[in-house]
Amino acid sequence: MKRSWFSILAVLLVLSMVLAACGATEAPPEATTAPEAEPTQAEPSGPVAEVGFAVMPGGFLERALAGEFSGTEVTVDGPFTNPDDIRFNESMAAFEEATGINVNYIGDKTFESRITISVDAGDPPDIADFPQPGAAATFARRGHIIDPTTWIPQDWLDQQYNQSWLDMAMVSGEGGEIITGGVWHRFNGKSLVWYPKDDWDAAGYEIPVTWDELMALTQQIADDGDTAWCIGIGSDAATGWPATDWTEETMLRTTSLENYDAWVAGTLPFDSPEVKNAIEAWSEIWFNDAYVYGGRDAIVSTFFGDAPTPLFEDPPQCWLHKQGNFITGFFPETAEAGVDYDFFYLPPIDDQYGKPFLVAGDMMSMFNDRPEVRALMEYFTTPQSASGWLQNGGALAAHLTATPDLYGVDLERGIAELVTEATSFRFDGSDLMPAEVGSGAFWTGMVDYVSGTADLDTVLAEIDAAWPR
Amino acid sequence: MAQFGSLERKKGGGVSELVGWLGRLFLAIAIPLLAFAVIYYGFIWLRDSNAPKWLTAAVAIVWGVGGVAVLYWVFNGLVERLPDEWTERLQPFVFVGPAMAILIWYLALPSVRTFYLSLFGRDGPPDVGFFQTFTSDAFVGFQNYIAVFSERLLTEALRNNLMWIVFGSTLSVALGLVVATLADRSRFERTAKSLIFLPMAISFVGAGVIWNFMYDIRPVGQPQIGLLNAILTSVGASPVAWDKWVAIQPWNNLFLIVIVIWLQAGYAMVLFSAALKGIPEEILEASRVDGATEIQIFTRIMIPYIMGTIITVWTTVVIFTLKIFDVVWVMTGGQFGTHVIATQFYRQSFTARNSGYGSAIAIVLLVTVIPVMIYNLRQFRQQEAF
Amino acid sequence: MKKRKWTGPLFINGVLALLVIIWSIPTIGLFVSSFRTRFDIQTSGWWNILPHREWQTVSTVNPQELGLDPDGVMEVEGVTGTFEELREGVQSPEGDTRVTWLGNKRLGRIEVQERVWTVTWDFSLDNYKQVLLGASVEITNPDGSVEAAPGQDMSQAFLNSVAVSIPSTLIPILIAAFAAYGFAWMAFPGRRLLFILVVGLLVVPLQIALVPILRDYNSLGLNGTFLAVWLAHTGFGLALATYLLFNYVSTLPRETLESAFIDGASHFTVFTRLVLPLSVPALASFAIFQFLWVWNDYLVALTFLGVDPTYKVLTQRLADLTGTFGNQWHLLTAGAFVTMILPLVVFFALQRYFVRGLLAGSVKG
Repeated sequence: MKRSWFSILAVLLVLSMVLAACGATEAPPEATTAPEAEPTQAEPSGPVAEVGFAVMPGGFLERALAGEFSGTEVTVDGPFTNPDDIRFNESMAAFEEATGINVNYIGDKTFESRITISVDAGDPPDIADFPQPGAAATFARRGHIIDPTTWIPQDWLDQQYNQSWLDMAMVSGEGGEIITGGVWHRFNGKSLVWYPKDDWDAAGYEIPVTWDELMALTQQIADDGDTAWCIGIGSDAATGWPATDWTEETMLRTTSLENYDAWVAGTLPFDSPEVKNAIEAWSEIWFNDAYVYGGRDAIVSTFFGDAPTPLFEDPPQCWLHKQGNFITGFFPETAEAGVDYDFFYLPPIDDQYGKPFLVAGDMMSMFNDRPEVRALMEYFTTPQSASGWLQNGGALAAHLTATPDLYGVDLERGIAELVTEATSFRFDGSDLMPAEVGSGAFWTGMVDYVSGTADLDTVLAEIDAAWPR
Repeated sequence: MAQFGSLERKKGGGVSELVGWLGRLFLAIAIPLLAFAVIYYGFIWLRDSNAPKWLTAAVAIVWGVGGVAVLYWVFNGLVERLPDEWTERLQPFVFVGPAMAILIWYLALPSVRTFYLSLFGRDGPPDVGFFQTFTSDAFVGFQNYIAVFSERLLTEALRNNLMWIVFGSTLSVALGLVVATLADRSRFERTAKSLIFLPMAISFVGAGVIWNFMYDIRPVGQPQIGLLNAILTSVGASPVAWDKWVAIQPWNNLFLIVIVIWLQAGYAMVLFSAALKGIPEEILEASRVDGATEIQIFTRIMIPYIMGTIITVWTTVVIFTLKIFDVVWVMTGGQFGTHVIATQFYRQSFTARNSGYGSAIAIVLLVTVIPVMIYNLRQFRQQEAF
Repeated sequence: MKKRKWTGPLFINGVLALLVIIWSIPTIGLFVSSFRTRFDIQTSGWWNILPHREWQTVSTVNPQELGLDPDGVMEVEGVTGTFEELREGVQSPEGDTRVTWLGNKRLGRIEVQERVWTVTWDFSLDNYKQVLLGASVEITNPDGSVEAAPGQDMSQAFLNSVAVSIPSTLIPILIAAFAAYGFAWMAFPGRRLLFILVVGLLVVPLQIALVPILRDYNSLGLNGTFLAVWLAHTGFGLALATYLLFNYVSTLPRETLESAFIDGASHFTVFTRLVLPLSVPALASFAIFQFLWVWNDYLVALTFLGVDPTYKVLTQRLADLTGTFGNQWHLLTAGAFVTMILPLVVFFALQRYFVRGLLAGSVKG
């Protein structure tokens, strides 16, 4: 029996399935249009004192505390995973509890490419955590990033942040005007040299406070039969980045801040004597086989995370390792801070440039303008928004208002003190440069230079050529 | 299946015919509505319920696969109900149409869009009307293409891709064929094939870890944890960095190619194996009786018989190696002179966020496949249809 | 029996065994490493689980107590050498012991070592525990108490991967099989052009499609659903599926199909009753590949399913486990094996379709 109606039925059936598939997927919650930046003089309600973090007067956080946005959700995307995602959620607990707003962190390590895709496809997260403000600059230039100063008053920011941090958040907007690309959240100290404390004390080495002392110590360790430094710049696709950190350190120590800023902005070219001089300063250590564990050849092929391992051998195979404080995550689990290892400040080279400090941090940039997103942005301007890290270690708060008692770990508290003692601090330059250079030509150039495939002049010229102009 | 055009022939009934029609009409409306309700609420239930996850997944799978199957069945039924000449005209499109529609949506249109983007600067076309974009400042014409062929890193990538095709695809196919042929006449066929196939099941990230245990280099005097360097140092040689060995550029690429051969030989082997099984046993027996040696059987009977498969496997492996990305990205990230077109495309598009330049590189990749297309077109001409 | 020359079973099995061994060594290395701790992995080769000779310390001497001058030639424990020589290790004239200086001149100690047979047999299941059950993270509360936040286990991610992979394997095969038959045995205008388009699209890197497809999904409201990923995998795998299946379907004996048409069968009948059963080996091989690719895929799931923790597939979970800075990469050793289990089951299940005579038996005589 040929049931002709049967096929019609089946068509409808399939059609209905397709409809069900489309219809059942709920449309994304209607974006509540953000009210025009009304300088809210709304009732200053909310139990400000009880929440445990500072609340910007007249802002959206204040209204959120009154429960106005309870039940809404804010999505935050970023590059960090285990254990930092837990640290983040921990930091958000106070905010979520007090406002009823749910903060949903959805990030993972492919953030860099994913954010490009999702923004291009018109589906950006509400807030993105940029560890490289240079990347945020691309989106600001294309007009995707919302300037938080459209509603956060300058005096509040001045109260929460050091001027240097505020300057470092400046990016070019769509029309070329300078806007604030986001608010700073947490940071890592970079100008740190790690050493095996127990063996160090037993050997009777002294912590160097000048560059000359550092070089003398390096020579001393070599005379004693060891190589002083452990250096590794291997990092898969990012191989070379530790060399850019060293360059920034020596730049800050051999030339003025103006020159450093000009270099980062692209007005001071790589092949200028200042940059060349800075690179040659660290080359003195790097290219001396008596100073580097495994010799110059080992630098390129050693994974940056494996590099400090010889510090912890018995007896140590090397004695010094320069790296940001995140490196403790790669130390053996049994190693104890303050006992097995400790750190000191990478000494200045030229006194006239003071004691500069190099940092790298995460900037929170806003892509969707809704009141609850604004409230969370305001929360990010308080150090408590990084409490998960402050309590457990791993990062420092970028805020001026982050007092030592907020830190639960001696290591981070010590670094925070170092930062306050510094005469100036600057952001990791390669993270601020356009990605073509900062995550491209600069890395590869340093690899070519260190591995000896190209000389310094060739490398610097190539990096300059890669700068998008 | 008999003729479906039978509807017309039944015409001419009376009241019973009318009742029949009404009944059908009713069923045609009621049953789909019912089905719709069942499926829709089923879907809602699936989404919202806190039913065990495995159940949700299982129902979703049946729903998805079954839906597609029913779709074909229904469309075919409809077309076969048409007059014969229309059936003949439309049926091929029922068969080929869905595939083409999906391919055009997922691959062809994005390719066209990529070409469009490749004519613009790093931030893409401005947000004005389509035709106005061509007169905007962002329109750069073919400048990105000029840059592709003049930048050192890109010419290096093209050179490396050529190495990949010459060594990578040839050896993958050859090894796959050898293993398939040998295994075919071994008692240990299943074991051998399974072990050769095993690397295919490993993710690229896992493969990266595996090969780091092969290629790792430690400073002289330290115990090597990479197998190859352990062998080298045990015979007194000094360790080398293999895939990161800049001194032998560009030949360090070969060590990356080895990884892909290791991963891919299983692919070729499975397809060749299936093809070899298709050679009728009688033919092989007959030639053995005629006194042909195994080598002769291999070259004179097996190879010609599976020539079609060899071409297919060759084509796909060449295309895989043209697109090669993961292994390079995981092992060296394109450093040490190992960039290929796909890694450069990825770097420009997603790291440097230079949409115009990245798109131009992708288009260059698309153009490189043209010789393969021409070759396949010539093969295709021989295929006759009904 | 027939005469066997050098192409006999011994030769065949010998060559095969050699290839299999070479092919397996890297995997064995990973397998062994997956049972070792991170420190072991980083400091010694995995082959140390095999018996080997190693220098082992029998006594330690403090050079300062002996009053040795590290800058000159030293005589200790029956050997003489400079600091540099002793650092390398100096063997006694008899060759049975070695004297080695460890550390630098300040902190060093001298070890007398003997060469012994040893085997490093120190295995742990920690990597697997962390991969399967999730890494727990210690949290210090503001009041100073420490608690462990338990990690998420793998079961959810495993189910998500299954839910993604099965339809993403079956749907493209079904669609491609129809298309392959259409291209091989049906005459229609534009046949050649469309086929060559399929070949050309083989090379399209799926990365270029991510942005436009994501945009389409946004407007369709499909984002973050399984359906979105199924369709995406179908789109990206279809060109290869069509091409491979075409190759197979087009080599089916023309006479067989012809006789079916003479019997009055329609294309649909020939396809479902004749061509599909005959194509099982090809369908099975493609099913294996597509399943593997989808199973190990990271990018497509990431883009279309999103990074919402409840929808993460295995590969995503694994990447997350390695930590923000990749300092837990050693977990990938165990992870690689955990994720390999199902693909291998699929392989073994489908391998039985690769048997000779399928074609010969089913063609009606």
